[in-house]
Amino acid sequence: MEAAARPVPRAVAKPTGEVLLEVTDLRTRFALRGSFAQRMRGRAAGSVKAVDGVSFSLRRGEVLGVVGESGSGKTTLGRTLLGLAPATDGSIKLEGQEITGLSEAAFRPLRKRLQIVFQDPHASLNPAMTIGESVGHPLRIHGIARDREQMRVRVVEALERVGLHPAGQYMSKYPTDLSGGQKQRAVIARAIILGPDILIADEPVSMLDMSVRAKILELMIDLKRELGLTYLYITHDLATAKFFCDRIAIMYLGKIVEIGPAAEIYDNPKHPYTVSLLRAIPEPDPTRTVARDLPRGEVPDAVTPPLGCSFHPRCARAFEVCGWESRDLRTLLEARWTRMPEPEYRAEREVIGSLDEMNVPSTSARIEPASGHTTAEVAEIIERLRIDAPDDPFWKGVAAIDTEGPAVSIRFHEGIEPRDVQEGPSRLQCHLYDEDALAAAQRDAAAR
Amino acid sequence: MSDVVLDVRDLRAWYGTEGDPVRAVDGVSFEIRSGETLGLVGESGCGKSTLGRTILGLLPEGAATAGEIRYRNRNLVTAPPKEVRALRGPELGLIFQEPMTRLDHLMTIENHFVETLKAHESDAKEKEMRRRSLDALGAMGIPPTRFKQYPHEFSGGMRQRIMIALALVLNPKVLVADEPTTALDVIVEGQILEILADLRRNFDTALLLITHNLGIVAEACDRVAVMYAGRIVEQGDARKVFAEPAHPYTRALLESIISLATTELKYIPGAPPSLIDPPPACRFHPRCPSAMRVCSTKDPIEVSIAAGHVTECWLHGPEDEIPAGGEQPLEREEIAVAEEA
Amino acid sequence: MSSIGEIPGTAAPQSPEAEIKTEGPGGVRRLIRQIRSARGVPKWILYSGIAIVLFFLILAIFAPLIAPYGFAQSSSGGVDFPKQAPPSGAHLFGTTVQSTDVLSRVIWGARTEIEVVIVAVFFSLSIGVPLGLLSGYVGGKLDRGLVLVMDALFAFPYLLLAIVIAFLLSDKLGQGIITAAVAITIVYIPQYFRVVRNHVISVREEPYVEAARALGAKRRTIIGRYVFFNVIQNVPVVATLNAADAILTLAALGFLGYGIQPTQAAEWGYDVQRAISDAGAGIWWTGLFPGLAIVLLVTGFTLVGEGLNDILNPLIRYRRVRKPEIPGASPEADK
Repeated sequence: MEAAARPVPRAVAKPTGEVLLEVTDLRTRFALRGSFAQRMRGRAAGSVKAVDGVSFSLRRGEVLGVVGESGSGKTTLGRTLLGLAPATDGSIKLEGQEITGLSEAAFRPLRKRLQIVFQDPHASLNPAMTIGESVGHPLRIHGIARDREQMRVRVVEALERVGLHPAGQYMSKYPTDLSGGQKQRAVIARAIILGPDILIADEPVSMLDMSVRAKILELMIDLKRELGLTYLYITHDLATAKFFCDRIAIMYLGKIVEIGPAAEIYDNPKHPYTVSLLRAIPEPDPTRTVARDLPRGEVPDAVTPPLGCSFHPRCARAFEVCGWESRDLRTLLEARWTRMPEPEYRAEREVIGSLDEMNVPSTSARIEPASGHTTAEVAEIIERLRIDAPDDPFWKGVAAIDTEGPAVSIRFHEGIEPRDVQEGPSRLQCHLYDEDALAAAQRDAAAR
Repeated sequence: MSDVVLDVRDLRAWYGTEGDPVRAVDGVSFEIRSGETLGLVGESGCGKSTLGRTILGLLPEGAATAGEIRYRNRNLVTAPPKEVRALRGPELGLIFQEPMTRLDHLMTIENHFVETLKAHESDAKEKEMRRRSLDALGAMGIPPTRFKQYPHEFSGGMRQRIMIALALVLNPKVLVADEPTTALDVIVEGQILEILADLRRNFDTALLLITHNLGIVAEACDRVAVMYAGRIVEQGDARKVFAEPAHPYTRALLESIISLATTELKYIPGAPPSLIDPPPACRFHPRCPSAMRVCSTKDPIEVSIAAGHVTECWLHGPEDEIPAGGEQPLEREEIAVAEEA
Repeated sequence: MSSIGEIPGTAAPQSPEAEIKTEGPGGVRRLIRQIRSARGVPKWILYSGIAIVLFFLILAIFAPLIAPYGFAQSSSGGVDFPKQAPPSGAHLFGTTVQSTDVLSRVIWGARTEIEVVIVAVFFSLSIGVPLGLLSGYVGGKLDRGLVLVMDALFAFPYLLLAIVIAFLLSDKLGQGIITAAVAITIVYIPQYFRVVRNHVISVREEPYVEAARALGAKRRTIIGRYVFFNVIQNVPVVATLNAADAILTLAALGFLGYGIQPTQAAEWGYDVQRAISDAGAGIWWTGLFPGLAIVLLVTGFTLVGEGLNDILNPLIRYRRVRKPEIPGASPEADK
């Protein structure tokens, strides 16, 4: 006795080899509106590198998954590809034609080939237009249907294709009259009515109930087959991505940290972030009570990302050259104090002066003792820190600790910016797989 | 086995409308022991959020309740609102879904804690309050150096942890968590679940975890109750229910989950029913692949499958209550493809 | 996800139709639907307001038929009207110091007020709303500039601003209806601008607007079809409340001598001002009736505005909900 099962064999990739979309070193930066004081002085407040050097190619007929958590830049990537967010640098080529920097008027005809389905079905449809009007609007915008009758025919066809049957019943309804799943179908109908080549789906099922997700995913798979669509599937859910995608790109803080065939990513994940993402997925399997070794901390602030590899503060396998800096020391101290009972924390905290110096990212950290305390006391706290967890990757990054003078100075090894390395069928950015980085680390370790 | 701390019997919560009432919770019974985590699972519109709110007495005007919520020899359904309000906080805690909107942006974290503690324990001393606050925050992984910061300086995951700390600092006996991790990323969700698991071990707080995510129920809960259309259709030990689901809805729900192990896409045809006019007898019968004739005519009776594992489904009997011919398969009309939630 | 106060599980009504309907767009349809389903206190506020305004509208439109005499008429059939005569059979509201009939002046005054106010509100709207739309959607320098201008205008008390403008314009346009109307128009533009602009800024970020951009819609299409109908809900409320205020402003202008000239038309404010000297002599009818008219019409418009506001933007959704009776014995008996 089972639920209604329409077993859909996983879409087998039949990419014809033709590259539809070629993205090279794409960057999208947003300037931030600083604080009032900063704006008064005319000082810029920094910017967020939402997309920070992303490269990949999308072949006809394939489904490329872009997986990441919030702050990874995956949504901004989708919007940049559609010209909804301005690319600051880099190139996007749609069948050989460069589309970054195009004016809205020049981009418009291209929209017939490149469409998007957004995440929130409840907000993607204009509440002031009926379903029929919404779904038919692209035809009107691009001047395709010649008269009302032709438009009606095409709208009916699109609605039927996405399962809104009988179409006549849905055409005069307003979005508020429909359920979430039905609205998402209407949104898909609107996206496919122009017959695009590429469909970017930004979290199309994450706001729907579990039992409805399968239906919409199945619809998307069917459409892929029937209409020959190519998908860019943006999501945070690795489980649906595994089912749907041929290749997967994992994004973290604006960069692709690993990209490869789906099977490879799931069976043989290489980047520590990919590994932790996979491990973190809750499985409805209560026999699994093993601790999941989750990475500590959270996705860092995108305005001033960590030096070197952005994932290093959370990585269990980080080593010498991953980009250790002063803020990592602060994080470690704070973690220590979080675990301590309050009186002990206060005792230690009094010894140290201001922590603010450590907020400025730098390869050397300086801790001054508070007035009435000595450098030796500070050094002792650092030593206790090391004794508590000598295997913490942080200590590999420490080149030297200098306790002479008015403050404790800690110098870190120079971090290296991660670059793309090929490892089997996957491409990733991780020093663990980078020969040169490993060699540099060995040299640093020897010199310590 | 520890004591039962919350005992709910035949609870109903109906919302008034201009027409017929919405029967959001329509006859629900369960119990939670101290130190235990009960997962309340269901899809949108099944009434699980309403159930959480009913326990805490947070229903709007125009809602009626009936039945029993036994807490410490009191029936919270019939108790005067003032009494229930006094219990909220120190005895009954609540964690909401969206931590961004529940913290006051103009108050530091310290002030949040001070206000909470002062409101319920007027004789608390400053030093003591600080210690308890920092301990609660520490248990949630929030560093003491950030005690005086404002909510906007924290990420979403940290704000949720602060909310949990605020709920825990008063040491409630029962904590109701309404979709606490739905708005968060998967790694942060995992971290918070680990914290909630520690909770079970170290304190004796009974936790009612309301969610639509079956995955986290499997990992974080001792027992699970599956809710459909205002009723609990199955409840029992989490392991057992997941391994051998008794109710067809539970089974269908489990099968529709897309996990890393999924090889086929499965879904439940149709949509959850209206709570104003639910289907007669067994509410799942229009969508049930195994529906029998009796399912549309007679209300199912709760049966015990194993110790502590109960369900209400005619497939499990009781046989002697099924009329003659009632076991024949039910004929229904085809459900349209797009008829869904 | 459900929140406190929301009713889960309510299904929407079905209506099968096969044509692509281009009926009233969602925004307006929603407005009308909400007004029709109003109940209770807001409904009565709205209806009584409408009744009052309708009454004055009829007076205004049919003034020539209703008013016994002209607004400057001081004699009839060769017989002069008495001067400052108390209310009587011939002159229901009495006469003024210039021997004009108070009742007639009140009725003709209604026409003046309604004319000026409707014209002024109409033009205010027609300028303020599109500017707000454009400014809110386009943003940038245009927005900054307009906001500066509008905020500056908004900072002045209405009356003061109206007086200044009326004064400045009186050179070119004389001191008549046009001047008063223009002055009032300008004074209220910032209101519409602000209300619409603020709403546009929030709607602009909505996914369906972004979706329209993704479809390739031109900017004017987006503003016209996606933004416009979703931001105008508050405009009727603002318009009616403005009308109320405009009447007061017009009356004040008349009172201070910057409004309508007595030879052009009757104006309540002017009448009240003239009645001040009468009051000392115990002559109450010249001031009471125009004053009462002002109060009534302003109240009428205010009631409409507030009633609409309560219906369209209720603070608490007062629905006629009946707390349900839960049957004691449950139909599905548990152990």
